[in-house]
Amino acid sequence: MNIVVLVKQVPDSGSERKLDPADNTVARASADNVINEMDEYAIEEALLVRDREGGEVTVLTVGPDSATDAIRKALSMGADKAVHVVDDAIHGSCAVQTSGVIAAALQQLEYDLVLCGAEATDAQLSVMPALVAERLNIPQLSGARKLTVEGGMAKIERQTDGGYWAVEAPLPAIVSTWDTINEPRYPSFKGIMAAKKKPVETKTLADLGLDAGSVGLANATSKVLDFAGRPPKGEGVKVVDEGDGAQKFVDFLASQKIV
Amino acid sequence: MSTWDTDERTALRASVRRFAEAEIVPNLGAWEAAGALPLELHRKAARAGLLGVGFPESAGGQGGTPIDTWVIAEELIQAGGSSGLVAALFTHGIGLPHLIEAGDPALIEKVAKPVLAGERIVSLAVTEPDGGSDVAGLTTRAVRDGDEYVVTGAKLYITSATRADFFTVAVRTGGDGAGGISLLLLERGMPGLTVSAPLQKMGWLCSDTAELTSDGVRVPVGNLIGTENEGFYAIMGQFAAERLSLAVQAYATAQRCLDLTLAWVRERKTFGRPLSSRQVVQHRVAEMARQTDVARTYTRAVIDDWQAGEDVFRQVAMAKNTAVAACDFVVDNAVQLFGGMGYMRETEVERHYRDSRILGIGGGTNEIMTEIVAKLLLA
Ligand SMILES: Cc1cc2nc3c(=O)[nH]c(=O)nc-3n(C[C@H](O)[C@H](O)[C@H](O)COP(=O)(O)OP(=O)(O)OC[C@H]3O[C@@H](n4cnc5c(N)ncnc54)[C@H](O)[C@@H]3O)c2cc1C
Ligand SMILES: Cc1cc2nc3c(=O)[nH]c(=O)nc-3n(C[C@H](O)[C@H](O)[C@H](O)COP(=O)(O)OP(=O)(O)OC[C@H]3O[C@@H](n4cnc5c(N)ncnc54)[C@H](O)[C@@H]3O)c2cc1C
Repeated sequence: MNIVVLVKQVPDSGSERKLDPADNTVARASADNVINEMDEYAIEEALLVRDREGGEVTVLTVGPDSATDAIRKALSMGADKAVHVVDDAIHGSCAVQTSGVIAAALQQLEYDLVLCGAEATDAQLSVMPALVAERLNIPQLSGARKLTVEGGMAKIERQTDGGYWAVEAPLPAIVSTWDTINEPRYPSFKGIMAAKKKPVETKTLADLGLDAGSVGLANATSKVLDFAGRPPKGEGVKVVDEGDGAQKFVDFLASQKIV
Repeated sequence: MSTWDTDERTALRASVRRFAEAEIVPNLGAWEAAGALPLELHRKAARAGLLGVGFPESAGGQGGTPIDTWVIAEELIQAGGSSGLVAALFTHGIGLPHLIEAGDPALIEKVAKPVLAGERIVSLAVTEPDGGSDVAGLTTRAVRDGDEYVVTGAKLYITSATRADFFTVAVRTGGDGAGGISLLLLERGMPGLTVSAPLQKMGWLCSDTAELTSDGVRVPVGNLIGTENEGFYAIMGQFAAERLSLAVQAYATAQRCLDLTLAWVRERKTFGRPLSSRQVVQHRVAEMARQTDVARTYTRAVIDDWQAGEDVFRQVAMAKNTAVAACDFVVDNAVQLFGGMGYMRETEVERHYRDSRILGIGGGTNEIMTEIVAKLLLA
């Protein structure tokens, strides 16, 4: 079973994140960049499937040079090899354009199963699995909290607010995962040392047979026109307890439509 | 970038920190109350690939050097663990090396592999009631009888003994002095071998410690670790690693207490101002930082030289005393700056204050380290 995991490097959601006022794109250079948290679950799931079914796990990343850190981490968790699509022309691409790059890269790989996180913490669009599925004409199983692969089928429990749907599709298919699906492993010492020696193939747009005009900020299908910081926190409301503190507190929560 | 902060070791630190935050910090208080670590933690640490670092893959380890092991120890302590935790979870760090170095495949299969898989625990038993500093004077006897040794004697202050399945025990097989000592593997359940109730200690509360008594324990000769009567040299061969390990724990504990104190003095207000606005407090934390930095820098330099194959016996003794002195100073001042809070069990610096007291006693006391330095200087 050949599994490809889509991995994105994002600014750490735990520290301050910014847009670059020069072109309204995510400020990646100044950020603390980490592997997208949800992707760690997809990687773990890929490793679990591989360990059961055999085969190889390939990590696929589209991103700047610095994304090699995210690739190393995925390899140190146990993925077998990686493909890194890096090309200056890709900077500022929208989701639709990026999905074209990912699909082109996937077409140069052998895959039975494509896994990815259900969302990235930077843009939170959650559209990539659908876009890639459409471009490759393969089924999409999104938002899995459980995955089984057998008899040429992928079966998932698609997480919903109230429970789950049981959904299945023939392979090859793309599956996106939530953080309920597993507990990602820590890269072990051995894994970290082994990652150094694993193959990472770098590809440019030309390698993928793509035209630079099909990507990039100038040709994006959507653009961030403007942005503003979160308004500063206002003065808090002080509730003085004169025996009716609990009531006042509940009234406040009700007025804010919290309860 | 130093050998301690390569990309790989930075990644290792991140894994260790995650492990500490998820598995250790929330439970350490309960383990201290229970007086021991659960075996499950050993299993989890093995699965996370931490337990076997520094041991060869052929013995069930993960490979890597002592520096990798100490990167783990530093990070475990600096993420909210403790030297007591390191002593208990990594008792095999002192219990296994002789056995692995000796290279007997049967013993490696039986002991090293399950221990490094987190399924079994091994202790090292050298110290005796009549003396720990004078290793060459130990009196536990092992008399050869056919293809067995008959072992009689007592061992005191043995880390992890109440949980251990295996004991690497220093015994006298020959005449007096260093030349008559051997290492024997004793096993839980051997008739005549008893382990006392846990000893009640000042610190290292999550690390169980006990007395081990052998009364005519019959041990197959196959359990001899290394060569008969060369046990003292095997023990000596591990002195550097054991002492440096304690030095690392000392400066890491100091660093942790410094970090906790810096956060505290910024937050705590007296007389309407943060403690950090007072010059006496500022100078005190500056001194804490200076001593911590010097201890770490010196210890790591000695470790790097040791790894490069240089003779650093004297420097190792100086590093241990330097790091222990820094740690003593820092934990004492941390508790002081925390005021009444520093005296409370719920406060982390209080644990480090108690835990660190052993660092200048175990693995060769401060005085013995100074003896070594003096002897080598004047030799
Ligand atoms: C919590 C804990 C865990 C331990 N774990 C282990 C373990 O797992 N395995 C193990 O084998 N041992 C273990 N030990 C024992 C430890 O190694 C000894 O306590 C240590 O070596 C000191 O020996 P001692 O206690 O017999 O002190 P002693 O040797 O009796 O020394 C007492 C004091 O006299 C000083 N002194 C001794 N000789 C001289 C001299 N010639 N000149 C000047 N001063 C001298 C010492 O510095 C010390 O201050 C542990 C101890 C503790 C407390
Ligand atoms: C076991 C125990 C029993 C106690 N029993 C009682 C009791 O029975 N009754 C009672 O009322 N209290 C009691 N206390 C409280 C005790 O008196 C206080 O802990 C003590 O006065 C210190 O106050 P604090 O803990 O608030 O520390 P803080 O005042 O917060 O001081 C913290 C640190 O900052 C330093 N510091 C503070 N201000 C300055 C400054 N301006 N310049 C420089 N350094 C400064 C202090 O010296 C200390 O090192 C007890 C405390 C303990 C631990």
